[in-house]
Amino acid sequence: MAGLVLLVAILVVGVLAPVISPQNPYDLAQLDVMDSKLAPGEKSPDGRTYWLGTDDQGRDMLSGIFYGLRISLGVGIASTVFALAIGLVFGLVAAYFGGWVDTLVMRIVDIQLSFPAILIALVLLAVLGQGVDKIVVALVTVQWAYYARTVRSSALVERQKEYIEAARVLALGQARVVFRHLLPNCLPPLIVVATVQVAHAIALEATLSFLGLGLPITEPSLGLLISNGFQYMLSGKYWISFYPGLALLLTIMAINLVADQLRDILNPRLRK
Amino acid sequence: MSGDPLLRVEGLRMHFFTKAGVVKAVDDVSFSVGRGEILGLVGESGSGKSMTGYSILGLIDPPGRIVDGRIDFDGIDLTRLDAAAWRAIRGNRIAMIFQDPMMTLNPVLRIDTQIIEAVQAHADVSRESAIARAREALVRVGIASPDERLRAYPHQFSGGMRQRVAIAIALVNGPDLIIADEPTTALDVTIQGQILFEMQKVCRESGTALIWITHDLSVIAGLADEVCVMYAGRFVESGTVADILDRPLHPYSRGLIDSVPSRNERGRPLRQIPGMTPSLLSLGPGCPFRERCTSASPRCVESPDVTEPSPGRRLRCFHPSA
Amino acid sequence: MLAYAIRRFGQSFFVLVLMSFLVFVGVYAIGNPVELLVNPQADDAERIRATAALGLDKAFLEQYWVFLKGAASGDLGRSFVYNVPALSLILDKLPATIELAFVAMVIAIALGIPLGLVAGLKPDSILGRGIMAGSILGFSLPTFWVGLVLIMVFSVQLGWLPSNGRGETVTVAGVPLSFLTADGLLHLAMPAVNLALFKLSLLIRLTRAGTREAVLQDYVKFARAKGLTQGRVIGVHVLKNILIPIVTVIGLELGSVIAFAIVTESIFAWPGTGKLLIDSINQLDRPVIVAYLLVIVTLFIFINFVVDVLYSMLDPRVRLGGAASH
Repeated sequence: MAGLVLLVAILVVGVLAPVISPQNPYDLAQLDVMDSKLAPGEKSPDGRTYWLGTDDQGRDMLSGIFYGLRISLGVGIASTVFALAIGLVFGLVAAYFGGWVDTLVMRIVDIQLSFPAILIALVLLAVLGQGVDKIVVALVTVQWAYYARTVRSSALVERQKEYIEAARVLALGQARVVFRHLLPNCLPPLIVVATVQVAHAIALEATLSFLGLGLPITEPSLGLLISNGFQYMLSGKYWISFYPGLALLLTIMAINLVADQLRDILNPRLRK
Repeated sequence: MSGDPLLRVEGLRMHFFTKAGVVKAVDDVSFSVGRGEILGLVGESGSGKSMTGYSILGLIDPPGRIVDGRIDFDGIDLTRLDAAAWRAIRGNRIAMIFQDPMMTLNPVLRIDTQIIEAVQAHADVSRESAIARAREALVRVGIASPDERLRAYPHQFSGGMRQRVAIAIALVNGPDLIIADEPTTALDVTIQGQILFEMQKVCRESGTALIWITHDLSVIAGLADEVCVMYAGRFVESGTVADILDRPLHPYSRGLIDSVPSRNERGRPLRQIPGMTPSLLSLGPGCPFRERCTSASPRCVESPDVTEPSPGRRLRCFHPSA
Repeated sequence: MLAYAIRRFGQSFFVLVLMSFLVFVGVYAIGNPVELLVNPQADDAERIRATAALGLDKAFLEQYWVFLKGAASGDLGRSFVYNVPALSLILDKLPATIELAFVAMVIAIALGIPLGLVAGLKPDSILGRGIMAGSILGFSLPTFWVGLVLIMVFSVQLGWLPSNGRGETVTVAGVPLSFLTADGLLHLAMPAVNLALFKLSLLIRLTRAGTREAVLQDYVKFARAKGLTQGRVIGVHVLKNILIPIVTVIGLELGSVIAFAIVTESIFAWPGTGKLLIDSINQLDRPVIVAYLLVIVTLFIFINFVVDVLYSMLDPRVRLGGAASH
């Protein structure tokens, strides 16, 4: 429950970032270099208080985090939705048709999953370059295989069941059998996997941005904020990195908590 | 049997303290087994017969706990022993055999390891002499080419062979008592007979007492000296095998005997006990069988005491059949 | 066994060639390295000469063919930036990465299995719950953020541990190692812990789940009925069974530890292959990127093979090559 409340709060902040932020951190006209690297709670010469401090360009960290959340959540959710759609189609096709189609799809999935996601994403980004669209492509590429495998395994279980046989005997169209009968029964495990994967995607995006390979500085996600603050860490100006990191951590934990609860709710074996 | 029995269980109560409430898995059970004697402990699944066996070995895990009663074994009250002393008896003087031989042997350890560790847990002997004893035990339970078998893994054995190995492990330290928890139920009928015969022979030869836990009265008939019947965690009645099978006094025992198929009554529908075993969680006072009992009367809401209608015969019922 | 090994190597070789092609296609698409390498004031003639010197004027397939021919004789090309063989550049840095990954894995195993056992044997105790909560946290924390916090606490605030480099090394059989000197150990501590944390959480979960399942099995009860000590029941009967999935996962995760070392090496300026990769990507040093990936993939394949062999040694029911068991 706490996880859900936290997650909703984070989502609201992300969506409403432009409305609730004290400043637009990327409107250079609103920034004042005189305010740079202020500690949390410190007042600027013109009397404004920066509750979470400012970065090297005098940007309000609180506003930066709100905008960063927006980008991180957007990238995480968008890549998950696309990956889910692609994985769903391939998983269902593999399970429904079987034979060489199944072998081919699953062999690709196996090979891909035998490499760490971060390595694949890193190489892809090295090839594609920076940008929101590119990181979404990279995240979709590393994620679709999980969904394909999850969908296939639950679809295979469903396929054995009598009602699918019955639907086939009734000569219902193949597409109808797949989408009206197989799909709904594969959804519960998929929802859980997808929720966890949103958290993974956000963490991965942050990691890649931290390494300087994810998003450009014009579209700063939480990872980029952390990366930007890293150079000031050793001189004791911890807040530039620390608070965006905390926001990232809370987001990932909230999603994982909700995923755990979903797992319990959707798992009929645990429902008593 | 004269003199002190080898094992005397008196008023044993073992309860599970779960979140949903107290489950009285064993609730006031008493019986005794003499040296070299075979006792059949009979009841349906959930009657607490296996839990009685585990209690004697001190294998009850939390939230289960022995709350009352004595388990006198050769003059020692086991319930008063500390963990180490109880462990020293377990597998040494009292051994146990389980129901499913496919599950009781550790799949990733060789047979020799699993026998030798049983020997070395109780005796400070060399590996060589432990192997010698292991080989001897395998031969006793009728396993040919024991040396080859010792180096094998459980998955290379059939179910009947695995159960023989489990019996060999139980026998290897020459125990005074073996508790066998339905050791033939999971086996083919022909193998069942062999194992039964083997066990009986080995116990008679070595003077080992045996508690044979089962739901199957037909097994008991040719095996046991004495029988103790349990129902819903409680003691029902006990006596010699002839007494119980030919002249059951408790309506539940009678029901059990009537539901065994018999050649003499071919073509007649089997009689069965109506209703189901009650949940141990919601079990109140009174005779737990009264809901299903044809002889029940309003009096049965109270718990009957154990009576001794004839020497060596014990019973807990207000309405014994004549 | 032999037939199995041959088949496995055949498959691995195919994956390797496929990978090299994909990587080559991909890396080929990365910008023009000549722009980064030659003097910005250079004229066109000089650019063309530089392009030809790097072999970049040839058609794509020809470049790939040259690469394959070289690869067959162990030559993965020369680094554009350092002008030394890419492979030797990688192999120079590899010991640092393997040392880091290995120490991280040892930490994860040495802590993860005992903690997981405790959590699995006493799931409802305060200790068991605490361990689980810790492992959930370890799962949620992004590696690089933990690294930052470690630096913040132990280097900046407390000043106990150095935040970058390998420190003093000792050369053993031509390989420099940090963990043999006190200074090296201090340098190794934070990166190794950082890299270990995620695997530690994973191993705790895995061991706990395996233990909870194993203690309910009849063979554990039977082992106790034999009068074995608690130590032997858990240390031999339970542990040997749960080790089977654990070894598999450890093997599979070894590859990802090496991959995640990229992040840890970047944070702690650990001079390993991961840092080299990031630098090479930023400098468009194609041969080094390709060489890195091929070396890592080869390493993965080797690790997977070793895991399979270990697996068959642990589980008598599995015999490699599908030999019939009854």
